[in-house]
Parts: sequence; structure tokens; C-alpha cells
Amino acid sequence: MKISKQPEQLVLKNGTIIDPLKKKSFTGDVLIEQGKIAGVGDVKPNASAVEIDCTGKVVTHGLCDIHVHFREPGREDKETLATGAEAALAGGFTRVCVMPNTNPPLDSPETIRYTVEKAEPLPVHIHPIGAVTKGQKGTEITEMEAMKQNGAVAFSDDGVPIMDAKVMRLALDYSNMLNVPIINHSEDVGLRNEGVMHEGPFSTRLGLPGNPDVAESTMVNRDIEIAKVSESTLHVPHTSTKKAVEHIRFAKEKGVPVTAEVSPHHLYFTDADLVTYNTNLKVAPPIRSVEDNKALIAGLKDGTIDCIATDHAPHTIEDKEKTFDLAPFGMIGLESCFGAVNKVMVKESGLSLETLIEAMTVKPRAIMGFEKDLFKVGQEAELVVLDAEKEWTFSTDDIYSRSKNSPYIGRELVGKPEITLSKGNISKIDG
Amino acid sequence: MLTHRHLLGLEGYPAEDIQTILDTAFVFREVLDRPIKKVPSLQGKTIVNLFYENSTRTRISFELAQKRLSADTVNFSASTSSLKKGESFKDTAQNIEAMKIDAIVMRHPSPGASLHMTKHVDAIVINAGDGTHEHPTQAILDMMSLREKFGKLKGLKVGIIGDISHSRVALSNIHGLVTMGAEVILCGPPTLIPPNIQELGVNISYDVDEVLDWADAVNVLRIQMERMGIGLFPSIREYRNVFGITSERLAKHDKEIVVMHPGPMNRGTEIDSAVADGKQAIILDQVLNGVASRMAILYLLLGGKPIE
Repeated sequence: MKISKQPEQLVLKNGTIIDPLKKKSFTGDVLIEQGKIAGVGDVKPNASAVEIDCTGKVVTHGLCDIHVHFREPGREDKETLATGAEAALAGGFTRVCVMPNTNPPLDSPETIRYTVEKAEPLPVHIHPIGAVTKGQKGTEITEMEAMKQNGAVAFSDDGVPIMDAKVMRLALDYSNMLNVPIINHSEDVGLRNEGVMHEGPFSTRLGLPGNPDVAESTMVNRDIEIAKVSESTLHVPHTSTKKAVEHIRFAKEKGVPVTAEVSPHHLYFTDADLVTYNTNLKVAPPIRSVEDNKALIAGLKDGTIDCIATDHAPHTIEDKEKTFDLAPFGMIGLESCFGAVNKVMVKESGLSLETLIEAMTVKPRAIMGFEKDLFKVGQEAELVVLDAEKEWTFSTDDIYSRSKNSPYIGRELVGKPEITLSKGNISKIDG
Repeated sequence: MLTHRHLLGLEGYPAEDIQTILDTAFVFREVLDRPIKKVPSLQGKTIVNLFYENSTRTRISFELAQKRLSADTVNFSASTSSLKKGESFKDTAQNIEAMKIDAIVMRHPSPGASLHMTKHVDAIVINAGDGTHEHPTQAILDMMSLREKFGKLKGLKVGIIGDISHSRVALSNIHGLVTMGAEVILCGPPTLIPPNIQELGVNISYDVDEVLDWADAVNVLRIQMERMGIGLFPSIREYRNVFGITSERLAKHDKEIVVMHPGPMNRGTEIDSAVADGKQAIILDQVLNGVASRMAILYLLLGGKPIE
């Protein structure tokens, strides 16, 4: 990948411009001047403007991922804000939200400030999500107001479910005055027990302890009920079960302020893929059954699930080379995201490319309160050029994350980001 | 020769290969009855017994089988605690491999560990129990013992009683017996029966008397006391009342049901002493057949031709 400063004037020429906010798709040019949108459609660049031919390519909003782990501070051997930013660019992402499960966790205004300042010079916009409770311990809520002032865009205890319903109530009540979402890793710890994969025929065959679907769905249901009382926004991360999709659909019909995301790997894989004990597929929540997978696809299609978020969670090779029960949960996901979801949702499940892009741009931005009109003149150019038809095989060469392990290695993907524009930079992914 | 290079489990293992192993095991069984119980079949072969978990009978059984076949053996024990401290599995594997060995017999607390091993070494890997996944050599010896007793496996009615969820013995037995055409009913507390197990071609019953009524043989599994502490079953007393194989319970059935146990037994819990030591039990035959079965497996995997 080659990252350089954008020229004074840059023209993305003759691309298929997809505006996911205005739901329009047309052929035309985009003029970018000094890092900002200067015109869309028919543009009048100077003679010295640098042109990039985008014929046959999609020019659209830069992708936005509201759920990543960049491991800094604490586990810089797995990822840093800088390496994570490169992985994001390679995936066509211009804006990401990092989860607070670092060491120390992002549970104070100071740690939020640290992340914001550390990320400032990087070529991708990085927003911290603050911890809901001090030390992610699930007992005392954090200084959310000061953390928001310092740059926190949402609150979550990330991988640690808020088991105490009273604490969840307090967090949702308190966040009401801040107008930011509370994100709870929805897994009842008791029901999950020692589960390391989806509970079902495959966990039985593999002799691995199962994590039942009800571990997720009962907590999603609980949180929805509390959000309704608090009238605060609940965001459900990495929805993995049919039952949770049904709860969210019902809640939305009743007007409860709930949003939801799905991870690419829950759309792409099923628990049948775990028969070789591939630890790269060990994630939390686990890769679920075919029925769950179908329900997630349907949920994304009908809007029950708002957006796609990668849950990019790097681990070292040494960690992932352990036996399945001992290996850590998590996989990287930024670089493979578009190719995976475009293949499953657009090519195989009949979703329109425009709607898929909306679920990766406008919708996640709406959840986090980011600017949604990225083709507005004067707006910073946060754009991506995609080859939506490219068929390719994911390999370690495509990984920019510090962790070079992924279950997508050797897998067929369709669609690849080629150029990412953000913060005045132009990143040519295969250049 | 066998289809698979390793013996990792009996799921999907071909019936013809199980047949070959059993036929060969009976040949070696005769060797064990000779005054000189040793044959030169695996002379010059080196086998490492890699036990990441404590084991008495399986390890002795394998070691004896190796010695009877004249193989050179090395024993390696790694404590579970050093494993949990993050000792690299891959490093151990590659170090052993570097010493030029032919086969690894492996016991490990993690499901899938023996498959994992095959990714790091070229040696032949034999699974001697991988956590709660499989224990294929135990199932082979159980099938050998059933065949010895009944002369066949096809159509045989076998009950497996106890903690199915945490039993590698159960899973391997299920795969082996179903493949060989036996009928299997699992019986135990619902909290110790894993989900969707029927999909493996077995039935479930919570009524041990019903199972005894139906079965030709029952394989009684060890109840692990630590399961009680986390509420998977309420008490030893209740377990024994509902599922314990007692002589009173056997006496109610007007037929001679063969009783098996993979050991070690909790006498007075899942099986009464009167049953374990009684004439219906073939528990010690299982132990002897274990040596013969493992001889057959080692012999076939390490290059031996089937013996006519």
C-alpha cells in the first residue's frame, strides 16, 4: 500500500458514484481540492489537476467501522493505532471506533485523551469508545460526561458483558443526558459458561463446550427492556443469533431506541467451518449455525440490523496456535470486510450494492453521530474507490494488521477497495 | 493397509478399517497368551508416549503394546499446569519431531489436540484421548471385547450409561458402534447428555431399567465427582438411585446383560462392587484386549501388513 499526500487538485474520473445518503447512483467525476470535496458530477478542474480514471469502479463514502480493537495501549505486539489505521485503509475504511479493552482500559477522560492525541496524526479517523464501568468491572459507571468531552463517542465494557442489570439500567439512564449509545456485549455469563463455540451438533461432535444461542438472546432481550424504560439508545454489537434478531426486530417495531450491528464473519462462516478446530474462527460471540446465519442475512436485508462492524480483534500467531480451548477469542477483519460482505450479501443474497454501502457508511455514522453527507462541497474527502466485481483470494499479503492470521486466508472474496482517501491522504492499496 | 495415516478419532473412520484392526487385534490377543509375549514386528521403530494428562491404564497399555512389538519407546509427561502457563505446544511437538521418531501416542486435555499435533509434525499420531472429544483406542478395545463375547457387532444392542457430555469414551464408542452396525442408546441425567447427540445415530433414554431391558451389553462410564460441584447432578446418592448399576437392578432383568466399564471405577457410585466383580462383567477382559488392540493399531499404522 502506498500512502501519500493528496495533490492540490484530484479528480476521480468517470466512476460510478454511489451516494448512500441521497440514495443516488450515477456516472461522473469527483473533484477534491486541498483535501476537501470541491464538486461532484460535472466538475471543472484546473489543467494541473491529477486525474485518476475510475471507469468501472465505484466511488463512494469512506467506510466506517464502529467496532475495532487496536490493542494500544498494552498489547502493541498484537496491534497499534498506527498498524490498525493501515489495516483500515486497506479495507477502505476512513473512520473507526476503537473499543476500550486495552491495558489500562479506556475508562477515564485521561485515557480517552491519550487515544485521541495518539491517533491525531494517523491517516484514519479514530474515535475511542469509553468503558461503561471503571476497570470494566461492571460495578461503577465511569465519568461519561468528561470522557465524551475528551472524544469518547459511545460507551461499552466491550468483551465483558454487564451482568448486573442494575448497572445496565444506571448506564442507560445516565447516558440519556449525553445522547450517546451504550453498547453491551450481550452474553449471559452463566449461560455461556465455558462455551468456546456455538452449542449444537458441531460442538457435540468436536467435544468442545458449547455457548448456546440463548446466552446472547436473553441478554439482548433484557437490555432492550431496560433501554425502553431509560429511553436511551442501546446498540447491540456483533449480533449472532436468530433469536436476538427477532428480539431486535420486535423492539424496533415497538419504537424502542435500539440499533444493531453484525460482523462479516457471522455472515460469511457457519459453525460447520469449525470442524478442523481452526482457532482463527474462535470468536466471541461464536460463529453460529446455518439458521442463525440466514437470520442475520435476512436481518441485514430488512434493516433490523443497521450496520456492519468488523470486530477486528488481532491476536499473535503464538496465541492462535494454541489448542482451540486455550486460544483467545477474536480475528482481524478490516482488510477482508468488503470482499466478504459484498460476496455474501450482494452476490449471493440479492442485497443491492447501494444498501450494503449504506450499512457500512451512513448507518454506522448515524449511530455514532458522525457527519453523514460526505459528498457535500467543503466536506473533508473521506472516500473510497472500490472494484465491486473483483474476484480475489485473500492471502497474508493482503494483511496490514500486525497479526497475520485470519480464517479468510485462502478464501474467495468478491470486491476490493483500491483507493482510500482520508485526512488529506491518498492510499493506493495495491500500489 | 488403513485409509488414514493417523488414528485421531472414529468419526468417519471406515468400517473396513475398524474390521481390519479388530481382526489383527485378535491375532495379537493370541500372542498375549503365549509364554513369550513378544514379537519383532516393530523392531527399530521409535514411539513417543506424549501424555499431557495423567493416565495409568492407557499409558501402561500402550507401553506394553509397544514393548510386545519390540518398538523403542520414550515417555514424556507434561503437567497440565506448565501447559496452562503458555508452554508452546508447537515447540514441544517440533522438538520431539527433531529427534527422529516414527509415531506419537498422545493424551491431551484439549479437544482436537491430536489433530493439532499432525499440523506440526510428520510422525504418525495416535490419539490416546483428547479432552472431551475422542478416545478411539478405547472404543476399539470395547468393540473387540463385545465381538469376543457376542461374536459380532452388527445388530448388537449397546447402552452407554453415565456422563456422556464429558466422555471421550462415549463419543468414540458411538462413532465406532454405529459404523459397525450396532444399535446404541445413551442413558444419563439430561444435564450430562450433549445437545443434538441423536444426530450421530443414537437414541436417548433417561430410564436405566428400560435400557437394561433392551440392551445386550452396557458400557458404564465413570462419573467424575467434580461435575457434581457445579450442579450438573445433585448428589452421589441421587445418581446412584437413578443410574447406578447395582446387582438388584440387574437381577430385575431376566437375562444376562454384559457389563463393561472403561475404568477407573467409582465402586458404589456408577457401579456396585458386586456387579464389577460379578460374572456379567468383562471389565478385565477389556483391559487385556486393550493391549491387543493397541498392538494391532500400532502394527498397522507403522507399516505392518494385515495378518491373515
